[in-house]
Amino acid sequence: MKQGQFEQLYQPLWHVLEMQIVELEKSDGQLKGDELASFASRYRRLCHFHALARDRHYSSHLVDKLGDLVVRGHQQLYRRKQPFFQQFISFIVAGFPRLVREQQAYIWWATALLYVPGLLMFLAILWQPDLVYTIAPPDQVSNFEEMYDPANRTLGAARESDTNVQMFGYYISNNIGVSFRTFASGILFGVGSIFFLVFNGLLMGAVAGHLTNAQFTETFFSFVVGHGSFELTAICISGAAGLKLGHALLAPGNFTRVESLKRASKIAIQLVYGVIIMLVIAAFIEAFWSSNNILLPWQKYLVGGFLWALVIGYLVFSGRQLRGESASAERGSL
Amino acid sequence: MLLDTRQSLETPEGALLPLTPAGFGVRILAQILDILIRFGITTVIFIVLSLLGRMGMGMALILTFLLEWFYPVFFEVARNGRTPGKKWMGIRVVNDDGTPITFGPSLLRNLLRVVDFLPMAYLTGIIASLCNRQFKRLGDLAAGSMVIYDAPPLREPSFEVRGQLPVPADFSTDEQRALLAFAERSKYLSAERQSELATILQPVIHAKDPVIAIKQMANTMVGKQ
Repeated sequence: MKQGQFEQLYQPLWHVLEMQIVELEKSDGQLKGDELASFASRYRRLCHFHALARDRHYSSHLVDKLGDLVVRGHQQLYRRKQPFFQQFISFIVAGFPRLVREQQAYIWWATALLYVPGLLMFLAILWQPDLVYTIAPPDQVSNFEEMYDPANRTLGAARESDTNVQMFGYYISNNIGVSFRTFASGILFGVGSIFFLVFNGLLMGAVAGHLTNAQFTETFFSFVVGHGSFELTAICISGAAGLKLGHALLAPGNFTRVESLKRASKIAIQLVYGVIIMLVIAAFIEAFWSSNNILLPWQKYLVGGFLWALVIGYLVFSGRQLRGESASAERGSL
Repeated sequence: MLLDTRQSLETPEGALLPLTPAGFGVRILAQILDILIRFGITTVIFIVLSLLGRMGMGMALILTFLLEWFYPVFFEVARNGRTPGKKWMGIRVVNDDGTPITFGPSLLRNLLRVVDFLPMAYLTGIIASLCNRQFKRLGDLAAGSMVIYDAPPLREPSFEVRGQLPVPADFSTDEQRALLAFAERSKYLSAERQSELATILQPVIHAKDPVIAIKQMANTMVGKQ
């Protein structure tokens, strides 16, 4: 068949397809029902025309034009769904805690890497107070002292609300930034995540130990107990996600390292979604609740304990099937 | 054989998608543009919101945080893989199966940007991108994404010559493309250089004036008189 005949015969077909592709490429495309259903088969015919045109050495202009349509059609036909926004709620209720339980080996390692050095540093500083200066420079230490000195607190007067908003912004940008870095640096064979976890653990232990020596325990612990539940757990999870990347590179198993990394990242990034949500909650608590001086310490400890129980209970129990439910589901499938 | 970085991706239908990965040079230029845009927006945010006192500073911190981490994610997902800088340089991000990038991979590659930046000026990313054929930095490797050049839009050709001449039947598609490319580029070549190039084909096409003959063949290919 001559090219002219070929074009005359089939041009209407690919013209229709081109209109469909243009419509699909718009963000508010109007394609519905039967029109949409016909797209896949039209696209496959187009691939056929493209292959024919190439094989018969029709002019490159025609081949390129059909090739361009094939690329655009492919992008529309195979575009992935965007489940993040649609499945947001089910992710929070079930998906995220399930994922955390599935990946708990990494979570336990990250938790150990944060808390064990922290605890050791805490005890070491109780024993040798000057050790705090191995971790933090003197001006930072005195800064911490000032922050938690009970004498500097004007009792009964809460911070003004606009200061709270300012601190909320600061916590958001600082804490989420830290957790993103803890996660991302895990791709360096896990070294980065380990470094950030251990370093943050040491700093935490040093500050806690130093303030305990200085007798500021009440102001310090009543401040951190509330948001610590969300914040520390989130840091552990982002560290765990980073460790997963590093582990995938170090021990790829039967995959190539790149393929193994790709598979691990798909899971790790979902942990990061959860971390972001938890850190926003933590920043909210830290800015508007923890800093409130009207509340008595026992009230803060009580609420703090409740929040810890909430976070742990959520991660351990949420999204599990109830016994009766799973039994009926099994019956249903039989 | 053409010396270029073009990659062909085979689809389930057996069609070959041509994708041209973008190297670090053009990507760094795009990144510089994005940084300048972000810097401009940040400055405006701080100037405007500082009028609102401490509350304004809090809001400014949140906005700049979002701008730092989610600016590329937003544009890549909403604008079909193109941040303003990338759009300007004519490149975009796709999944490595050629489909438009989605939220997860986009967030992943942009979080891992901090590692690619290490120790300075994207050195890790540049080295990583030189070690594979698709110029993927670490973030792209993990996310399964790649940066490609936008296909140039098909032009309406005109070769300043009238009349048609049949193309010799044994010219392959690539050889036909070479003829077309010659006809298109001839605007930028001197008459002497045109005839010098066209004379190479004289033994094959036996024309009176090879330059005009090739342009007439090009007319035939694009269906022009």
